[in-house]
Amino acid sequence: MAVNEKALEEILNKYPAKVKRNRKKHIVIRDASQGHQEIEANTRTVPGIITNRGCAFAGCKGVVLGPLKDVVHIVHGPIGCAYYSWLTRRNKAKSEDPKKNFLTYCVSTDMQEKDIVFGGEKKLARMIDEVVEIFKPNAITISATCPVGLIGDDIQAVARAAREKHGINITAYNCEGYKGVSQSAGHHIANNGLMEHVIGEGDWEEPPGKYTINILGEYNIGGDSWELERILKDIGYHVQAVMTGNGSYEDLKNAHVAQLNLVQCHRSINYIASMLETKYGTPWLKVNFIGIRSTIESLRNMALYFGDPELIKRTEEVIARELAVIEPQLEPYRKICAGKTAFCFVGGSRGHHYQGLYEELGIKTVLAGYEFAHRDDYEGRDVLPYIKPDADSKNIPDLHVTPDERRYRLKIPKEKMEELKEKLPLCHYKGMIPDMKDGSVIVDDLNHYETEEFIKVLKPDIFSSGIKDKYIPYKMGIPSKQLHNYDYSGPYYCFRGAVNFARDICMSFTSPTWNFAVPPWKDRPLLEGTIAECAAGETCAG
Amino acid sequence: MRQIAIYGKGGIGKSTTTQNTVAALAEAGKKVLVVGCDPKADSTRLLLHGLNQKTVLDTLRDEGEDIDLEDIMRLGFGNTRCVESGGPEPGVGCAGRGIITSISMLESLGAYTDDLDYVFYDVLGDVVCGGFAMPIREGKAREIYIVASGEMMAMYAANNICKGIKKFADTGGVRLGGIICNSRKVDNEYELLKAFAEELGSQLIHFVPRDNIVQRAEINKKTVIDYDPRAKQADEYRTLAKNIDENQMFVIPKPMSQDRLEELMMSYGILD
Repeated sequence: MAVNEKALEEILNKYPAKVKRNRKKHIVIRDASQGHQEIEANTRTVPGIITNRGCAFAGCKGVVLGPLKDVVHIVHGPIGCAYYSWLTRRNKAKSEDPKKNFLTYCVSTDMQEKDIVFGGEKKLARMIDEVVEIFKPNAITISATCPVGLIGDDIQAVARAAREKHGINITAYNCEGYKGVSQSAGHHIANNGLMEHVIGEGDWEEPPGKYTINILGEYNIGGDSWELERILKDIGYHVQAVMTGNGSYEDLKNAHVAQLNLVQCHRSINYIASMLETKYGTPWLKVNFIGIRSTIESLRNMALYFGDPELIKRTEEVIARELAVIEPQLEPYRKICAGKTAFCFVGGSRGHHYQGLYEELGIKTVLAGYEFAHRDDYEGRDVLPYIKPDADSKNIPDLHVTPDERRYRLKIPKEKMEELKEKLPLCHYKGMIPDMKDGSVIVDDLNHYETEEFIKVLKPDIFSSGIKDKYIPYKMGIPSKQLHNYDYSGPYYCFRGAVNFARDICMSFTSPTWNFAVPPWKDRPLLEGTIAECAAGETCAG
Repeated sequence: MRQIAIYGKGGIGKSTTTQNTVAALAEAGKKVLVVGCDPKADSTRLLLHGLNQKTVLDTLRDEGEDIDLEDIMRLGFGNTRCVESGGPEPGVGCAGRGIITSISMLESLGAYTDDLDYVFYDVLGDVVCGGFAMPIREGKAREIYIVASGEMMAMYAANNICKGIKKFADTGGVRLGGIICNSRKVDNEYELLKAFAEELGSQLIHFVPRDNIVQRAEINKKTVIDYDPRAKQADEYRTLAKNIDENQMFVIPKPMSQDRLEELMMSYGILD
């Protein structure tokens, strides 16, 4: 079953005319013969529509800053925002020094009415003093929630004063939830802050290992980055910093020495990737460690970038070794998955990343999309010059960096770089759309109504998204897999992760649950009513 | 109990007019509570003979939630009960939220007793945010008087306030009781203000002439009635108080467009 223009019209016709015009631009039916296909993204959700999107605070504190483990993250605001961003993303972390892992703590200024009326700066300053005294963290971040922006607390000034007083890195982020159209705004704000105040603070001038890399846009959900690091170290790479899964201030402050930056989640971290290139001359490579083929491709591209025959050889050895382990394990799962279809609607990069893994298991992605991505995540970075800034995007300041006079180094010669750019996604991302098959649907900011309608038309065998929309498909008798936090499972990265993922979704496919769930429309009348007699002279209408 | 809010452009004389009117009402035997809703906390200075009032919010901040009515309410001229809401220092926090907090506090402490004839809210400047609209929201003050003069900006502000009243009139039942002219000796001021009030669908409830005795009384931290009960200006405030006491005209105002307002100024303001 596929969606054609007519079926799409029928779904959209339920909307008021203006909403229909708006939503139509966010939905594309893939047709490679049309060449470049445009989609609207990163614009405001129509009020009243039930969307999955989060807020700027969620993107800044929840996604990018939160996983840094040796840092205490202060949430400045009433307690709710802190409580609901408390370790909910399953970004795991282990510290060599057990006293320097603060991820399990929920630290908030818990603003009360009094603090709103008289301002919360003093309370925040007091809290920083307490945090330093109790935890002695390597650094502190302060994330602002909505009311802080409304009453105008100057958290930057508080952070500056506290930095002087305590002599540790303390940064503040004006990531009030109402900024921007989604959590994407918060990623950008966090990127700017880390770039301006953290990366480069360390005094290292040279990389500590032969092949020193950073991994950007990797948040160690369910232990993903541990699985990746196991393989990278085996091949011979030195991972300097992970941004930010299992990451630390101590590693991040010296991230400028890396020879290559890997970018997994393009949306949440491409700002830092570009700025590192400008400031320190470090190129970035778009990678994807979800799925076996893309893992292999990413590893080979990395080896090719460094161009060392020994490294290339070792890469192939590790690939062969891992494949030998997982291929027999995958076989039974492939039989269960063969011929099935999936929806893949996730954040800002996994909507693309998981399609390859699904394909390898024999599952066709019939609908994919992103919650908060921008046009470049769909159409590729070539569209960047053509994206018109609007009032919402202008609201998030761009940080402009210049080459660091002392530390800027060309990591590889210019000609070599140009040659490699022909072969590898170096400092480039082609986006999701080119990888999608003809007839599949791409939806930006998929909402509740469209979720139900597309499920009815496309009847997927599995729905993969997040917690907010997970239960709609369940009620419709369709398995659902969270790809934001992996439900309670993981890791799904690289070779062994692929087996974990295959196992988890096969459990869903083969679960007898769906035979027991009878949705109400299967055994109950949809309409109930009584027939009344008309009184004389009356007409019975409606 | 009639609850009255006084609005108007900043510096127009809201606090002075309110306190002089309240003094006249108190002199006539009415029981009045005055709630100052200005972070500067100077709305009861003349009734109390000085700024010797600890504000609701300062008390809340220093002593926590456990406070008594006596901590925040003082008796002033003619046994008027005086409360200052207070607020944060300029440039920090949220003064609007402060007004909401302190009025809720007054309610829970039982400041609104049945024997009161009047509650007056003296509210800062224009209606700047939800907090400052608090007295007219949720049916606290049902009557509004706007202090204005013949100056353009004062009338502009008064017209804007009418837009706010209109908004809350539909939900909260608040009505405009009239325009009080606090004269600035502008040309043709009486006629202009009368026409302005009528165009709004309301009335010019009293024209208070300009008299330096008001200034002299203020320097002495007193209302005119307190300072010199036989002064001619004291009678003006008595008339205003009487007009408010006997007022029967409560309307939903019809704010005018900027063009119409300017037209009105042109036709009355230019003398030939």
